[in-house]
Order: sequence, then C-alpha cells, then structure tokens
Amino acid sequence: MLGPADYFIWFLGTALEVGVVLCSIYRKSFKRYFFLNLYMVLSVAASVGRFLVLRHTSLDSLEYRYFYFFSDALLTIALYFGLISLYSHLFEELGVEKYVRLGAVLLLGGTAWFSYAVVSQSSAKIFTHFAYELSQNLYFVGLILTYLLWAFILKLRETRARLVQIVLSLGIYFSAYAATYAISNLNPSLYSHVSFLMPIIGCALPLAWAHAFIRLSEETRLAPNNLVAVPR
Amino acid sequence: MMAAVIFLVSLILLLQFFVSYCRSLVAASAREPLSTDVQKVTGISAQANGRDFVKVMQFLHLCPGRLEDRGEVRSVGVYFDLLNLLGGAISKIIPASSSWIEGERGRCAYFAAVALDRRIAFSRELLAAQMEN
Repeated sequence: MLGPADYFIWFLGTALEVGVVLCSIYRKSFKRYFFLNLYMVLSVAASVGRFLVLRHTSLDSLEYRYFYFFSDALLTIALYFGLISLYSHLFEELGVEKYVRLGAVLLLGGTAWFSYAVVSQSSAKIFTHFAYELSQNLYFVGLILTYLLWAFILKLRETRARLVQIVLSLGIYFSAYAATYAISNLNPSLYSHVSFLMPIIGCALPLAWAHAFIRLSEETRLAPNNLVAVPR
Repeated sequence: MMAAVIFLVSLILLLQFFVSYCRSLVAASAREPLSTDVQKVTGISAQANGRDFVKVMQFLHLCPGRLEDRGEVRSVGVYFDLLNLLGGAISKIIPASSSWIEGERGRCAYFAAVALDRRIAFSRELLAAQMEN
C-alpha cells in the first residue's frame, strides 16, 4: 500500500518529466534531443498506466507486477537509445553515427541474448523474469556506456555545458540504480530499506535535465580543465 | 560475489559522476559576473574564498528560488561538505592538495554568490508581477 509521501514523490517525478519535455520545447531543443524527450514522454505514459492499473488492483497483484516490469523494460530500452543518441551528439563532427547505431543495436541484442540465457536455465516464468533480467543488465550496460561516454568527453575536451551535464546526471542515475539493484541482490532483506531511494533517484534525473535545458543554451561552453577532478 | 563487485563499482562511479557533475555546475557559473548588489553584500568580486561559502548560503536561504535552482544549490552544498571532509583527511598527508581544495571551495562560494544573484533577480520579478496585479 502506497502512502501519501509515496504518491507525492511519484506525482512530483511525473510532473518533472513533463517539465523536461516542456523546457526542451520552450528552448527549441525537442528535436535535437528527441530520444531523451521520447524517454520522458514514455515515462509519463508508464506512470499514468501504472496509476490506472493500481486504481483497480494492488501493489502485490500479478497485473501490476506484470505491467510494472514490462513497462520498466521498455523504458530501459528507450533510455538506452537516449544514451546512444548522446554518443551521436558527441561524435557528430566525426561522421561515425552509422557505426555508433550499429554497435548500439549489436550490444542491445547481445544483452538481450545474455539475459535470456540466464533466465532460461533457472526459471519457469521465462518471459517475466526475462523482462526483469534485461532491465537489470541494461542498467549496468548503461552505466558502463555512460562512463565510456564521459571518458570520450574528457578525451575530446568537449565543452558543451548542456551535453556534459546531461551525460553526468545520466551517470549519477545509472550508478545509483545499479547500486540499489546490486544491494538488493546481495541481501534481499535490504530491499525494503533501499526501495524508497528509487523514486527519489527517479526524480533527480528529470530535475537535472530540466535544469540543463532551461538554464543552459546549446552554445554555453565550459573550460575543459574545470571538468577533471585533479589539480592541473 | 558478482553483486558485490557491481555494488562497489557502482558506488565508485556514483561518487565520480557526482563530483564531476558538481564541478560542471560550478564551472558553468564561473564566467557569470556578479551584480554590484551581491558584490557589496557578500564582499566577493572576481574571486571568492572558501570561507565565504557559509555566509553566502545563509543569504541564499533567505531568498525564494526555483525548484531546479534548489537542486543544484543542494548538490554543490554536498560537494562543499565532501571537500571539507577531504581537506581534513588528506591535507596533512599530501600538503599540495590543500591549495587545490581551497581553490575548489572558493569556486563553490562563487557559485553560491551567482545563485544568490539569480534568486534576488527572481524575487524582484515576483515582486514586480505582484505590483502589476
């Protein structure tokens, strides 16, 4: 059973996701960051869907669990493509977008195959567990890809403030989620203690993106030396 | 075992991303000039001192701000606390790090002053809108 605080964080997160889309439309960046906006739109749709399912059932119901895990798997895939679109932004001047897209599809296919291989050996409810396993593995792949992207940003001395902040907030989001998933796997009894963190992490990402869209323009630049956390 | 490795790697990356994110917030405000009002109130002109941070934050809490503004101020506040913790722990072992840490603390104070400037402008806008109505 969700309490008023849970509903508040849920609605706040959804409002912030709507805010990201509105901010990017207002700053005429919707098309440029289409996949990030698509992820936000899908997140809002998933939230509305979950709320509607929850109105007729309960948190423990099979219907809600199915809807939650399948929508989560879809959202993770959408976020994965959002992340790949950031690679395209970074490498747009090098003209390697075709290879980036090909690599992304291969990696997604590999992750899906690995997730299927894991659940097919140990589970009876293959389809449901596949959705959960795929989400979890994609979060970790997303974290590694974000870290690689960050390394490329430093290596190429990227100075676009908006791109840098979007990537870094995505890195915080992925690593916080991966840590939460991992600690739940390490000790399932800890899940109830860390589960309240997930919606808060979920609010932090749209908040940071809304800030990046509204406060920074595409032309805002950073000094590259200010990004590396070591004295130079 | 695998979950423990993922947990450890995630925590290390989380810390690194968080520090870099805060540095990017601070760096984005480093080129913004301060208004004369804020310069007079805070005593900060071109460069800030780490010691100014607490004073500027007290002013900052007196002004209403937007939601996304509060998030970034809170993040830099946590980064400032991390720097204080780091300064206390390693400056005795590596004395060279203390000047870098002090520079970072100063940049955090400048960021807070820029945020104060923005909040004062926001408050004036609110006041002007109320007067019109």
